[in-house]
Amino acid sequence: MGDDVNTAAVNAVEMRDISISFPGVLALDGVNFTLRPGEIHSLLGENGAGKSTLIKALTGVYPVDAGTITVAGQRRSFSGTADAQDAGVATVYQEINLCANLSVGENVMLGNEVRGPLGIDWKATRVRAADFLRELGLDIDPRSPLSSHSLAVQQLVAISRAVAIDCRVLVLDEPTSSLDRGEVVQLFTVMRRLRERGVAILFVTHFLDQIDEISDRMTVLRNGRLVGEYQVGELDRAQLISRMLGREIEELDVIGRSAERTIDRSGEPVIRALALGKHGQIEPVDLDVFDGEVVGLAGLLGSGRTELARLLYGADRADRGSIQLRGVPTRLTSPRHSVDHRIAFSSEDRRGEGIIGDLTVAENMVLGVQAKRGWLRRLGRAQRDEIVTGYLKQLGIRPSDPNALIRNLSGGNQQKVLLARWLATAPQLLILDEPTRGIDVGAKAEIQRLIADLAEQGLGVVFISSELDEVLRVSQRIVVMRDRRKIAELQNNESVDVDDVVALIAKESAA
Amino acid sequence: MSAATPATGTALSSLRKLIQRRVSWLPVGAALLILILMFVAGQSYFGRFLTPRLLSSLLVDNAYLVVLAAGMTFVILTGGIDLSVGAVMAFTGMLAAKLLSTGVPTGVVIPLMIASGAVFGLVIGVLVNYFDVQPFIASLAGMFLARGLCFVVSLEAVQVKDTTVLGLQSTKLGTFEWYITPTGIIALLVIVVAAWVLGYTRFGRTVYAIGGNEQSARLMGLPVARTKVLVYVISGVCAGIAGLLFTAYTAAGYSLNGIGTELDTIASVVIGGTLLAGGSGYVIGSLVGVLVYGVIKVAITFLGADSSWTRITIGILLLVFVVVQRVLVARGSRR
Amino acid sequence: MRRVLKNRLLWPIGALVALVVVNAISRPSFLSITVRDGELYGSFIDILRNSAPLMLVALGMTLVIATRGIDLSVGAQMAISGAVALTIIKDSPTPNSLSTIAVAVLAGVALTLLFGLWNGFLVAVLGIQPIIATLVLMLAGRGIALLITGGFITTINSTPYAFMSQGYALGFPFAFFVSLGAIVIVSLVVRRTALGVLTESVGINPTASRLAGVRARSITWSLYGLSGLLAGFAGILYSSNIMAADANNAGINIELDAILAVVLGGTSLAGGKFTIAGTVVGVFIIQTLTSTITFLGVPPAVTPVFKALVVIIVCLSQSRRVRQWVRQLWQRLRPAADAKTTATPTQGAVA
Repeated sequence: MGDDVNTAAVNAVEMRDISISFPGVLALDGVNFTLRPGEIHSLLGENGAGKSTLIKALTGVYPVDAGTITVAGQRRSFSGTADAQDAGVATVYQEINLCANLSVGENVMLGNEVRGPLGIDWKATRVRAADFLRELGLDIDPRSPLSSHSLAVQQLVAISRAVAIDCRVLVLDEPTSSLDRGEVVQLFTVMRRLRERGVAILFVTHFLDQIDEISDRMTVLRNGRLVGEYQVGELDRAQLISRMLGREIEELDVIGRSAERTIDRSGEPVIRALALGKHGQIEPVDLDVFDGEVVGLAGLLGSGRTELARLLYGADRADRGSIQLRGVPTRLTSPRHSVDHRIAFSSEDRRGEGIIGDLTVAENMVLGVQAKRGWLRRLGRAQRDEIVTGYLKQLGIRPSDPNALIRNLSGGNQQKVLLARWLATAPQLLILDEPTRGIDVGAKAEIQRLIADLAEQGLGVVFISSELDEVLRVSQRIVVMRDRRKIAELQNNESVDVDDVVALIAKESAA
Repeated sequence: MSAATPATGTALSSLRKLIQRRVSWLPVGAALLILILMFVAGQSYFGRFLTPRLLSSLLVDNAYLVVLAAGMTFVILTGGIDLSVGAVMAFTGMLAAKLLSTGVPTGVVIPLMIASGAVFGLVIGVLVNYFDVQPFIASLAGMFLARGLCFVVSLEAVQVKDTTVLGLQSTKLGTFEWYITPTGIIALLVIVVAAWVLGYTRFGRTVYAIGGNEQSARLMGLPVARTKVLVYVISGVCAGIAGLLFTAYTAAGYSLNGIGTELDTIASVVIGGTLLAGGSGYVIGSLVGVLVYGVIKVAITFLGADSSWTRITIGILLLVFVVVQRVLVARGSRR
Repeated sequence: MRRVLKNRLLWPIGALVALVVVNAISRPSFLSITVRDGELYGSFIDILRNSAPLMLVALGMTLVIATRGIDLSVGAQMAISGAVALTIIKDSPTPNSLSTIAVAVLAGVALTLLFGLWNGFLVAVLGIQPIIATLVLMLAGRGIALLITGGFITTINSTPYAFMSQGYALGFPFAFFVSLGAIVIVSLVVRRTALGVLTESVGINPTASRLAGVRARSITWSLYGLSGLLAGFAGILYSSNIMAADANNAGINIELDAILAVVLGGTSLAGGKFTIAGTVVGVFIIQTLTSTITFLGVPPAVTPVFKALVVIIVCLSQSRRVRQWVRQLWQRLRPAADAKTTATPTQGAVA
């Protein structure tokens, strides 16, 4: 108790000159980071900036190669998450790390159950769990199964767990990415309450407007390096974005807008979705894509954009609405079916749903064609070499060795191989979900240009990206999504800018 | 703050709440229902089926399987599997028979049986946890090892004449109709202890947490590594105890004892409602599963049918349960 | 490409050669091959002949494992096909006619093909874990075989049927040609069509494969069917060797030997990349090991101990932790030539 005054003066966390490298990547390069007790501190940066690596260093998941970590004045070197928790550092991850098979109360108390002479005293344990939950304004039955609650409630349960182990430092890794506005408000209330109690909160988010709303200070990372530490309000939105992106904006601006192109919409569209939807995933959506047109899907993560893309491809089966391909009603029941109809889909999860890591670049590239031909009709060597060398050159894939294992390539080059896989099947419609995520800026620009070129040659494209300016740059038409619904559709032209789209998303959310 | 929720608690909603809380007990209920249905069917078909003697013998004759199933439940709850239990049981029985025949006192032999079972479990657990060997393969190696070592101990069957060991099975407590042997008592004790450990200790809850989501359990700071090794040790200890019970039952150690028992054990556990993917199930369910297995065996004897029908029936029942589990899990994840 | 292949086969071939050398030293007769009536005899030839059932089963197992699966039911399927074939021959008035035997063999393997497809259905369509899906048939299969034979060990007299495993052709045991044929056919089917690479892609990343339009489900499904088919032929060979259908002992534990052969050959149990050549070597390692153990006077029943040790060693050698230890040991043994390794011995130098 008497120590409170002392610890208040000491920083909750101090990380000095932290470096962490993985084979081929320097993920963190001499980064400093300070977290004070009773503050909410936002950690900002693009994909690949090193945010999650920094968090994992702090929470004991990764060992640091160099640098020091001091928690509440004590030098620490964590050998695991249990270590970090003992030091009072608790983490709530984006994909909620609780056990769905257990009850809410158990999840809060796991490892800290109240014990009596006959083992765990469940009654007392539940009472304590309920207390912790209520402290965060959660009035739910601790005996109910965790899986019966919404994601938002599960997130709060995870935070209750952190409170139960009496954490002094709480790390929230993108907690808001799948919450709706009301849920975010509830979460922020909890965060403020914890701040008042002197808990130091490290908050990672992609949503810039949330930073002004909730945090006190922020740290910006870029490419594994520290850009700076700022007070909230010290920078305006544009300054902040430019620090996060560095010079990238200028580089990308050189590409200019390819959106300015008139599309002939007189014929039948390549694909037309009529009230296409799936219960619990996405409300019915109308959408059409014409030859040579890029339709951008704009919206935040969880807005339903990925779900829509998967329905269009038949990766998931729609349970309402219908699809017409060039005016012909068609039921797409499996990816294979769609491939036969010359539709191609590149998933946002490049590693999990895109590349076949242990196969070579060449094998990955011809996989689409081969799958289409079936196993009996093996692609001849000459044909295969033609495809492979052709695309290696055309897309500038490096290294240009067809026999390299694809998992050893950089993200951008993997993406290009996946594009080649689909282009080789001569599709009429290309659905790209976040094709530029987590790849460096040069590759990003190349892929954008490639998409523009393909469309100009007559390919229909559905393009998804969380970076709105990217959507604006390549799309002729923009479909705005929110809350698993299509909320607007606009023709793209010079007068449309990012703020307009943001306003559309924001307007709806205010209501 | 707001403790009093609007108390419109109709009977229906409180029932729904109860079911929701207890949903993980449903498979156990299903197994129990099957058991009862089999009793009823047997009674109405054979006439004199459901007798106290039969009920008594059901537990006594399958005591070793009950113990094995209790141990296996721990392993399966973490999402693992232990194929070594039948062979380890045979090995400990063999070892005991040999030692007893050379005059080693019973008080030494029995702890040694249990300890050797534990060592097998420890080796498997370490392979699984520290060397990333798949549970299936690691326990397969344990099975090979134990089976081979049986023959190292002795190629022939070894008679057991030790009265203490034999007394475990031959001593019948109770009336002529309702009776129980010390082996039956041991089996029930194992069930009670196992149920307590799983339900009322932090170790037990960690077992469930690992089965639910190992990654989460790790990130929650639970002792995942230690727990994962321990479940195999527990399964090994149970195999040791089962070795004792089986030796008492057959009055001999023989290398070919218990071939295929691991499959019977797994089938019993699954029929008892434990999810093979881990994270859900109860030891009590495994007891019911063993009883279902026992009734099938008895019924087939009653029918005078070929004993091969036992395995076929168990296979079919296992299939039905696995398919139903699969459907339930699929529906659950869709939600 | 060729060098990678060589590398992968280096260890298994090395182990096989070592085993042969040990044998040759401890019993010179091991290497000798005698010719009698234009037929070859000797330990080598025995290994070639006796390995045939395991070879068939292991080939199927390789492909199933490549899809991230496992087939525990192969032993039971062997019992089934043997039971069917012998029951047909026994009940036939003409047990020596080739057509009877053809019918018997075809009926046997057709049934196991069906059972294999059944396994595939459970795994690929219902999505049940392969271990469990095939465990069902492993449990029930021997029971089914016992039902077919009526609970007896069916024995027959049929010279042509016996020829399959005991006869000779062109100086070599006929069974050797059966396994050779299976190796050639499976290799051709797998590598001359796209089945091999599509199977690997399904095994490495099922989700990505499905999204790329690969018919992952039907590939998995049919490979279990193939495994059943091959197990059926193995069961025919086995029953032809002892001229009896022994439902309890036919192919007992062969699933374990087959898995072991696949792993020894260098195919990972995690699925994905597979090597037929490796499996062939693996089968010979196991058969030679069995032969060695028998020769050393160890009772055959103790063989499992050695197999267990082999399994453990192979698994340990694949384990990341052990590899790390070896690397660290290696670095420590090497004089401080690379002195720059100051803080991080585990992390490879980063360019």
